[in-house]
Amino acid sequence: MSAQLNFEVPTMAEMIAKGEEPEILFWVGCAGSYDERAQKTTRDICKILHHVGLKYAVLGTEESCTGDPAKRAGNEFLFQMQAMTNIEVLNGYNIKKIVTGCPHCFNTIKNEYPGLGGNYEVIHHTQLIQQLIDEGKLKAEGGESFKGKKITYHDPCYLGRGNDVYEAPRKALEALDAQLVEMKRCKTNGLCCGAGGAQMFKEPEKGNKDINIERIEEALETQPQIIAASCPFCMTMLSDGVKMKDQDQNVKVLDIAEITVRANGL
Amino acid sequence: MVSQILFIAITLAAIALFSYNVKKVIRNIRFGRAVDRSDQPQKRLMTMLKVAFGQTKMFFRPIPAVLHLIVYAGFVIINIEVLEIMIDGIFGTHRVFGGLGILYDVLIGSFEFLALGVWLACAIFLIRRNILKLKRFSGVEMKRWPRSDANYILITEILLMTAFLLLNAADSKLQTMGVGHYTLAGAFPISQFLQDLLPNTEAGLIAIERGCWWFHIIGIFAFLNYLPYSKHFHIIFAFPNTYFSNLEPKGEFTNMQSVTNEVKAMLDPSFTPPEAAPGRFGAKDVNDLTWVNLMNAYTCTECGRCTSVCPANITGKLLSPRKIMMDTRDRMEEVGRSLDKAGKGFDDGKSLIDDYITREEIWACTSCNACTQACPINIDPLAIITDLRRYAVMEESQSPTSISTMLGNIENNGAPWKYSPADRFNWAKED
Repeated sequence: MSAQLNFEVPTMAEMIAKGEEPEILFWVGCAGSYDERAQKTTRDICKILHHVGLKYAVLGTEESCTGDPAKRAGNEFLFQMQAMTNIEVLNGYNIKKIVTGCPHCFNTIKNEYPGLGGNYEVIHHTQLIQQLIDEGKLKAEGGESFKGKKITYHDPCYLGRGNDVYEAPRKALEALDAQLVEMKRCKTNGLCCGAGGAQMFKEPEKGNKDINIERIEEALETQPQIIAASCPFCMTMLSDGVKMKDQDQNVKVLDIAEITVRANGL
Repeated sequence: MVSQILFIAITLAAIALFSYNVKKVIRNIRFGRAVDRSDQPQKRLMTMLKVAFGQTKMFFRPIPAVLHLIVYAGFVIINIEVLEIMIDGIFGTHRVFGGLGILYDVLIGSFEFLALGVWLACAIFLIRRNILKLKRFSGVEMKRWPRSDANYILITEILLMTAFLLLNAADSKLQTMGVGHYTLAGAFPISQFLQDLLPNTEAGLIAIERGCWWFHIIGIFAFLNYLPYSKHFHIIFAFPNTYFSNLEPKGEFTNMQSVTNEVKAMLDPSFTPPEAAPGRFGAKDVNDLTWVNLMNAYTCTECGRCTSVCPANITGKLLSPRKIMMDTRDRMEEVGRSLDKAGKGFDDGKSLIDDYITREEIWACTSCNACTQACPINIDPLAIITDLRRYAVMEESQSPTSISTMLGNIENNGAPWKYSPADRFNWAKED
């Protein structure tokens, strides 16, 4: 495991016990909690929150799946069970604002929870990073220089088309003074990594190619040094793709939170 | 006088037949479940004006967009000419708007430019489909009928425009010859070049002029009545379809109220759910879909923009969003026909799922919304795919094994993988 944290991550339970309220709840998500690669991003998001002095907390073991993969797979019962249970926890803690480390959690809590009684201001971690840059709280200095490095950004479907968030992640990259190169299919026309709609959890149907290979070929056409992601599922699909293409020595797949942490030397 | 009566009879017959077929179409759409799309009328109107009237989403692909715009403008504007034809036909007048003088010249002159534009655009469309064979126009669902349908539409438009220009050429030639009621009216910037092709005899010219006139108007009526059988129905349905389209973020899936009631009752024993209408969870057949899904199916013009951006289709999977829409329409029409034949309550033993759309197709979807983004008139194939999955999972408990495992994990561990909830916070711990 790389880059352990040198500070405690506060949980809601602890905060409440101390009689405190966080400004923002960090919703980690299942991938961010259990997937080893995504855990790195999770810790990096915490480092950013800790660094800027934002009063935050996580749910820890009280967090549970938002129900997104169940809903996309057609199990509305299971989705609503998960949603209502989570809403009960969130409302119990009087949560107002949430930042998520995953576009799927972001979409589900932001759009599908209000109808079930969960109303929160929800942002994705790339939006938080952009806001912190805009406010001058985060600068791209003190760490690794990305100046002039070729970075291509892959739009996650549930952040881009799903919720029209195209600019925040790009602004976070522009702050690095890097060379941002777009793939042929980007923004509204971005190609899925192949993981959405519960595909992450199953083998693909018969075809002539895997979707992540189609996508990674396009990404590699831009001859990037870094492929930037902002979704743990895209991260898996893109990293696998780069490995399949034997390019993992030359091209890194990094989450925008990781890039930000490196640029700031956190 | 005879021709006036004949004209009125044909007109009434065409309108009656069209109304009869449209009523059936509306009945078919009403097979669908209720869904409320009466909110935000202003935003809906703006969406319709921008997307349907302004064709903004077409311009993502500029070449077909410009060609389509010409045909569309031609269709809308040349209809002013049809108004004149109608009046002339009913009252036996000739070029009744001719009295407008210079304005009439401008009108007829611009119609001629448009007619030429439409002619050329349709010819290019035919070349793209039949000679260049653009990939977008092929696929498993593009069988004989959909291919012919597209060609019939384009050929008909070319014939109509040819008739319009020949009519003008013959008319203007008769005008300069000073024949009978062919008084000088109109400017003919395009059709003047066709005059030399025409005979010089009065009788021959009148025969061509009348022939083209009748061909043009009967052609329009025939075309009108072809719409309900054709993908060309979009010229009407594009407007209500965009007006009633989904205004919420694309990532948001609807929460099923029927499920909410049951889940609430499970979590809170004191909650008494309102009397629920009996029905399925999800969609097995077209009547389980909403009327918006079904209207979408009639609106689809089979252009294949959705399929051409679908990640599953691009990588060789069976799924094609266009096929989802075409299957839905075919099934809806089949249900309509069997109702006509056998009366209400008849069950033909078939369903949209399995008989039309296979499981392999619905499980290949990544729900990425590329199809809904690409559709120039806001059709939503993803909503149908989702409802078919809901039926498979909730009514039949049928899903790929790995999906069942994932669902089981969420149910038992609160995560799609088999990890203990107690380990959920381990990422923060030192080890």
